[in-house]
Amino acid sequence: MSRKQRFLIVVVGLALPALFSIWAPALMNDYLVRVVTVMCINALLVISMGLANGFTGVFSLGHVGFVAVGAYVSGVLSLSDANKASYLPDLPVWIAAIHLGFLPSTIVAGLVCVVLAFLVGAPLMRLSGHFVSVATLGFLIIVNVVLVNSDAYTRGARTFTGVPLQTTLPWAMAWLLLAVVTLARIIYSPKGRAWRAVREDTIAAQALGIDVLPTRLSAFVIGSFFAGVGGSLYGHYLGSFSPASFYFAYTFSLISMLVIGGMRSLTGAVVGVIVVSLLSELLRNLERGFDFGIVSVPPLYGGSQIVLGVIFILIMIFRPSGVMGDLELSLGRIAALLHRGRKETNT
Amino acid sequence: MATPERAPDALVGKQSAEPLLRVAELRVNYGAVAAIRGVSLKVTAGEVVALLGANGAGKSTLLRTVSGLTRPRAGRILLGGEAIHRLPPARIVRLGVAHCPEGRRVFGTLTVAENLRLGAAARVDRAGVAADRERIYAMFPILGERRTQPAGTLSGGEQQMLALGRALMARPRVLLLDEPSLGLAPLLVRQIFRTLAELKADGVTMLLVEQNINLALDLADRAYVLRTGEVSLAGSAVDLKADYEAVAAAYLGARP
Amino acid sequence: MSLELYITQQIINAISLGSLYALVAIGLSMIFGILRMTNFAHGDMMMVGAYSTLVLQSLGLDFGWAVVVGIGLGALAGVIVERVAYRPVRGAPEVTLLLTSLAVTYILENLGILIFTSSGRNFPIPDWMNSAFQLFDGQITFTQINLLTVALTAVALGALGWFVTRTDVGLGMRAAAEDMGAAHLVGLDVNRLIVAAFAIASGFAGLAGILWAAQAGVVEPTMGFTPLLKAFVGAIIGGFGSIAGALLGGYLLGALEVLIVAFLPSEVSPYRDAIVFALLIAFLLFRPNGLLKRVQEVKL
Repeated sequence: MSRKQRFLIVVVGLALPALFSIWAPALMNDYLVRVVTVMCINALLVISMGLANGFTGVFSLGHVGFVAVGAYVSGVLSLSDANKASYLPDLPVWIAAIHLGFLPSTIVAGLVCVVLAFLVGAPLMRLSGHFVSVATLGFLIIVNVVLVNSDAYTRGARTFTGVPLQTTLPWAMAWLLLAVVTLARIIYSPKGRAWRAVREDTIAAQALGIDVLPTRLSAFVIGSFFAGVGGSLYGHYLGSFSPASFYFAYTFSLISMLVIGGMRSLTGAVVGVIVVSLLSELLRNLERGFDFGIVSVPPLYGGSQIVLGVIFILIMIFRPSGVMGDLELSLGRIAALLHRGRKETNT
Repeated sequence: MATPERAPDALVGKQSAEPLLRVAELRVNYGAVAAIRGVSLKVTAGEVVALLGANGAGKSTLLRTVSGLTRPRAGRILLGGEAIHRLPPARIVRLGVAHCPEGRRVFGTLTVAENLRLGAAARVDRAGVAADRERIYAMFPILGERRTQPAGTLSGGEQQMLALGRALMARPRVLLLDEPSLGLAPLLVRQIFRTLAELKADGVTMLLVEQNINLALDLADRAYVLRTGEVSLAGSAVDLKADYEAVAAAYLGARP
Repeated sequence: MSLELYITQQIINAISLGSLYALVAIGLSMIFGILRMTNFAHGDMMMVGAYSTLVLQSLGLDFGWAVVVGIGLGALAGVIVERVAYRPVRGAPEVTLLLTSLAVTYILENLGILIFTSSGRNFPIPDWMNSAFQLFDGQITFTQINLLTVALTAVALGALGWFVTRTDVGLGMRAAAEDMGAAHLVGLDVNRLIVAAFAIASGFAGLAGILWAAQAGVVEPTMGFTPLLKAFVGAIIGGFGSIAGALLGGYLLGALEVLIVAFLPSEVSPYRDAIVFALLIAFLLFRPNGLLKRVQEVKL
């Protein structure tokens, strides 16, 4: 496939969602726009989580910890002075003086997470797969405890409000597209092949001279940058949140999206987000009880979660590689599809 | 499902021509790699059959498949006429196959006595188990001395004896031995093989994988040579011992 | 309040708390030892035990019997989970097992919320259990519950010790935990052993859950969550996969928690959990095999 063709496909592939996100409010009602916005944010978080998880064999359960950090950091930085005074009276002066716009606060959030990821990841990435999961779980809990107890900065366990609602669909989509392009470039580059080698067989990778630690650490750090960004986006979408918003329930939610869609590809992550989000919505509506012919099903709050959990387990048993499996909607495949289409129209 | 008391196979086996253990057209894969490609062999009751070959020829894989640790792609394994290649390992042991694995694999944190007790895990006849245990201690006095010691504290030779004893505790119809000489000093190796000769005299049927060709052929009645997953030579031990060059060729492949 | 009495009181608290952590940690280590899997759903067996006892009591059953059956139901729950969710994925990579257990705990907790609602329920115990012992003018207090906790834990541990060393199933479990492949080779029915391990581990957790609810006075669906994580830390500190290690680690953790709250300045107390998990991370980095040597980890 020629460079020009590839370039065209990429441009179109980016332009379409971008345009869609701008025109969406005109095309759909408000509720749907919000749903799609959340899906974009979740997709961003899932693919950044998948970067470390699916491609290097290391499963970090602490991803949402970075999301929390991102949300709070950007939240504090973008509160209006009036809000800061009323909600966070004990905030240190030098922080209170800073007031950033949406983009700067998001970027700062991401960078803070990068630093944190370096500090946390450097020691942790040395552990073997199983224990990394446990250790990063510890990280998630530590973040939670710290957030709950840093009243001056976070209002502790109480709701943190006043964050300006600046996350619109175009913003969410833009960051998602940026992440997709960045990660795709990394994953499908020669260096990316090295990363995937690390996942397949750590010992063999080392034998080939691929240095495992920097590889894992890079994936961890890059993933956490986008986690911070996602946290900021989510925080500016919700407007109010608390440490509990970024704890186990959310972690499991993201993991189920990653797993159900497929841990091994970018498309898998996106598919997973769509499937799980739609399924959750559908099931949540059913939770209020419904009539099935002559049978009347009573309200079963929490039922939607149980069904999702069961689906999760079924995937683990019957198709651990998720809906997408190892497939990826790569440029090559798109070109092949187009080529076939063009051939058919010609004859 | 009690295991009935079995008469020594020496009496039963040598009178019948039907092999006790038969492997037919066996194919075993590890993932995409074919480890065994169409191997057929047989062991009649009371016989000692040696399985020779270079590393990676498939000898250990064959034993593991007989024990049920690995499932074959194709082919059959018959014990006394009964198909065992699809059964779980525990059942195969109960039917009378004991495997003395490569590298001994005794339970290091458990005592010698406990290891032996585990060897009889599939048996229910307590009196018989106790009697066999005493017989093992008589055969290997050093084990008797160390019966309350953790198996991990035993020397390599002692662990081999323990592994052998553990396999014998199952009162097997067929004993699979995987490289009993591995990692042992020559003196110990000879001692082990002396013991194996005694067992053979008692009528124990054995399928022996062994790198030490001389010792193997001295003990065995017949032998097969495996090369890259296939039988490249088969014959009586006496014949093979006489034709060393043929064996070497069978190991490595014919030379131009 | 004299220092010696204060320390003695804290020791009593530590033993009481440590017993609960030890009960849960032992189960975790048993399951890891035999299956090499981290069972995140283990904490929910506590919930099953506690709620079962609650329900049985409300149906009129005597407290003692409710406890016994509650423990049994906890054991049964563990066996069912193993059969339905874990056996089908046995042999899969560690990640799959871990994730499956996450899904199971998610399901169980939501099931608990569905049936019992997320708010706590009162956990009634016989009056005599609440009676307190006061020594030295009330400077040292503990209740019957504390005594019962320690006593029942000791009984459970004794029974486990007998079982593991004197029975064939126990021997088989020890063998399988050391070398699963060799266990197959000698003809052990490994499935049966795994079921036994889950039954014992979950029964222990059920007992811990009942005692925990008795001490706290309430049951709620997510009650097993934090104790599970703490027990996990204890098990790792003691040496993951080893029963003795879990025992040691559980009590050490109980002592540590009590220590932090009792002897460190009060500003630090709320960070108790963070300190515990920082300790976990430290152990994973520097002493992953725990204090007692057990499982060999491949470290890069």
